[in-house]
Amino acid sequence: MHPADRTFHRWALTLLAAWVLLMAPALAPALAREAAPASADPVLENRVMRLSSELRCLVCQNETIAASHADLAVDLRNQVREMLREGQSEADVTRYMTERYGDFILYRPPVKSTTVVLWYGPAVLLVAGLGGLWWILRRRNRLAADQFDDDEPVAAPDGSVRADDLQGPR
Amino acid sequence: MKLLRALIPLALFAAVAVFLAMGLGLNPSEVPSPLIGKPAPAFALPQLVDGTVTGTGTSTSSNTTTNTSTSTGQPLSREDLLGKVWMLNVWASWCAPCREEHPLVVDIAQRKLVPVYGLNYKDAPAAATQWLRQLGNPYTGVLVDADGRVGIDFGVYGVPETFIIDRQGIVRFKHVGPLNAGVVRDKIEPLLRTLNAPG
Repeated sequence: MHPADRTFHRWALTLLAAWVLLMAPALAPALAREAAPASADPVLENRVMRLSSELRCLVCQNETIAASHADLAVDLRNQVREMLREGQSEADVTRYMTERYGDFILYRPPVKSTTVVLWYGPAVLLVAGLGGLWWILRRRNRLAADQFDDDEPVAAPDGSVRADDLQGPR
Repeated sequence: MKLLRALIPLALFAAVAVFLAMGLGLNPSEVPSPLIGKPAPAFALPQLVDGTVTGTGTSTSSNTTTNTSTSTGQPLSREDLLGKVWMLNVWASWCAPCREEHPLVVDIAQRKLVPVYGLNYKDAPAAATQWLRQLGNPYTGVLVDADGRVGIDFGVYGVPETFIIDRQGIVRFKHVGPLNAGVVRDKIEPLLRTLNAPG
């Protein structure tokens, strides 16, 4: 083997080792799974997680029941799993949860008189804002040019005029 | 006219400020209970008597010691409590705010405002008994909810929680978090006066 080849090999090995060391922390979570799913059935588990991610954890309010590690979230996840395993539908589970915790537990609350503003308020505000902008721009366009003041050089208190004010329109 | 126009931004600002100020006063961790005005969920739970869990209820947790030989401590159900106004106080020995509110619960029991039943939520019977010995036992009965099922039925999400249930078994009041003197004086006592009024 040519000495240069050997140097290259050594370099390549060092680089590979460095890469493995650097990547190890990133790989660790994938290898060390936190908790095995309680059900061996991946289809059921999939449904449990999908439904749980629509439900708000009430202990840590900005997390879903699927994501939270709170005791109550674990219990509610088990409840969802049990109900689905018994053959109950997603709607049954949602009804079970809202009967106990109210619409608050739903990340997508139903549209009703108390939630209309929540659902359509942003759209109304957007339309109103765009309408207002259009109206102002149109009005401004219609104004005659002479309604605006001419650009005038601004004089300092001592009467002198700064050089950049004399450069005209920029 | 021009003056009115100039006031529009101020009015908008004031409206937004009022709404934001209202938002500041709200407590986002207090979730309105859908249970108010509805029948209390059905339950039949064993009771905690001197460190042992007595009476076989619906709770079938294996880590609780069952001792059915004692005559006290039958399983208690919602139906057993129909006909009287009662308070349900959800607590656990591992719950720090429960310790904080406990003197108030003891006070309510001592003044005989209402019979207080405890719901010992996801707790170890021995630890719960020790806790009651140390801090005093205000409870007419302590229901043992070892797996937290009845807690879920009551919509419990943060221990301690307190419910008031009327003679017909309807939930009339719920408080999440530790009780305080203000809540007892301004909400619980007036409500109990109405509920306990004859007729």
